[in-house]
Amino acid sequence: MTKALEDLGDYIAAALPQEVIGTEVKLDELIVVVQRNALVKVMTFLRDDANCLFKQCMDVTATDYPEREERFEVVYNLLSLSHNMRVRVKVLTDEETPVPSIVGVYNSANWFEREVWDMFGVYFADHPDLRRMLSDYGFEGHPLRKEFPLTGYVELRYDEDQKRVVYEPVKLPQDFRNFDFMSPWEGMQSILPGDEKAEGGA
Amino acid sequence: MSHEIKNYHLNFGPQHPSAHGVLRLIVEMDGEVVERCDPHVGLLHRGTEKLIEYKTYQQATPYFDRLDYMSPQNQEHAFVLATEKLAGIEVPLRGQYIRVLTAELGRITNHIFNVCAFAMDIGAMTPFLWGFEEREILMEFFDRMCGARLHMNYFRHGGVSADLPDGLLEDIMAWAERFPQVIQDIEGLLTENRIMKQRSVDICGITAEQALDWGYSGPMLRAAGVPWDLRKAQPYDVYDRMDFDIPVGSHGDVYDRYVVRIKEMYESLKIVRQCINEMPDGPFKEDSGKFAPPLRGEMKTNMESLIHHFKIFTEGFKVPEGETYTAVEAPKGEFGVYLVADGSNRPYRCKIRAPGFAHLQSTDFTTKGYMLADLVANVGAMDVVFGEIDR
Repeated sequence: MTKALEDLGDYIAAALPQEVIGTEVKLDELIVVVQRNALVKVMTFLRDDANCLFKQCMDVTATDYPEREERFEVVYNLLSLSHNMRVRVKVLTDEETPVPSIVGVYNSANWFEREVWDMFGVYFADHPDLRRMLSDYGFEGHPLRKEFPLTGYVELRYDEDQKRVVYEPVKLPQDFRNFDFMSPWEGMQSILPGDEKAEGGA
Repeated sequence: MSHEIKNYHLNFGPQHPSAHGVLRLIVEMDGEVVERCDPHVGLLHRGTEKLIEYKTYQQATPYFDRLDYMSPQNQEHAFVLATEKLAGIEVPLRGQYIRVLTAELGRITNHIFNVCAFAMDIGAMTPFLWGFEEREILMEFFDRMCGARLHMNYFRHGGVSADLPDGLLEDIMAWAERFPQVIQDIEGLLTENRIMKQRSVDICGITAEQALDWGYSGPMLRAAGVPWDLRKAQPYDVYDRMDFDIPVGSHGDVYDRYVVRIKEMYESLKIVRQCINEMPDGPFKEDSGKFAPPLRGEMKTNMESLIHHFKIFTEGFKVPEGETYTAVEAPKGEFGVYLVADGSNRPYRCKIRAPGFAHLQSTDFTTKGYMLADLVANVGAMDVVFGEIDR
């Protein structure tokens, strides 16, 4: 399986040398990193080429790495029924730069892209209907970004006097506690105070 | 004298019995014909994915019960498989058999519910009563396996939480011998029923090509005529040892989806019987103590097991850096988990791919031009559960 995926990765990279940044096979799964602006072209190729035939876009999601310059990885999981293979296409973007929408290639991407917009604030250019998906009407912020607190900013309750549901800032009787269980014995980086002198030639 | 009739908007749900939970549909109607329909989802959004990022791997499993609460074990299955792939955990054979057995019982519980609730949506009351009697028996089996009827939290990274109690397999076998009669009774009420056929045949059909484009999976895709089943195509656990068939429809309409689900119950029974007949002896979870918690008795008597127990329930275990998209054939379709690990004891990102999400977004496409009553039948036969769609 790994061999077949590696071959496929090489094939895709050879067919689209300008558009594909890199391919790799990890844990028996093929990952293709693509230039943002060429996404639609690559997706169309993956769908229609006889060696790919990835007819189904099963999932679109994103991962947030706040420390990176282009902090969002938008991830597309495609499935080919005819070859019984999966491929994961990735593009990188930041908070400002839109990613081209692939709704024109796969109809199923429509809601998935709306969800990514809702949860991460990644903007999709040329999306036919880019509204929020899962969050409340009138919600502010993008909850799955790493800086968004787990508790959120507002909570709601039914107000007996006003006879309606009201939003209030979150008040916690006890602050949210985040335990760091990473063991200092196993998790420690091998930099002891003073070690840098040996490396740096100070 | 001519009247100009304007289209009007109808708000359907979120409190409607055939909205299957909390679906809100804004339907644009021309008389009784649906012109456009815009599902509003997210009313049951609980932020599962965000919560999982703050939990250890073992603490995250119960969240999966609460996604598709009609078949919790199949969701757990996807998550533990994803973690096992990243951490390289070997599951003992008995553990794999127990999981497959449980997953298939879960498929039957789910299909009973869907078929019967769908029948009630289009006016048949009796199947619901008959089906729920059987569902209750299955829930009792789950209760005996793990102590919980619905939210099982039974699967562990590396096996299952407890071994099967004495006599359970015999009872399941006896039930599996008797159950086909119940399906036949339900079929007797529905399959050739005139009202049933008028309400479902040729309603909201979809071609195989369109079904692929809309990201269909599971019974919905098979009803459209694509013989695709992850249990066959990309087998996990011991599915490659199981002998079963894939029922396929041809029109993708409401009736075909119903028939595919009925047929799948017979196939699941085959797998259940094989699992019971072939059930091997041996450990039911990995016993290195690093991933699955050690047995209670050992923990009380053995120092090392006590340490493992303590570590697993406080710190959890660490999963090496990596990412995977692992999918299982849940009763509703392809249930996938995209798991990114950063080497710590918590998932860095856990995206849950719910089959119902993809199915529901095609509502606008499939119901255009049909009547409002057909919309209800369509949503009913899609098998949507909002726990998994809203997450």
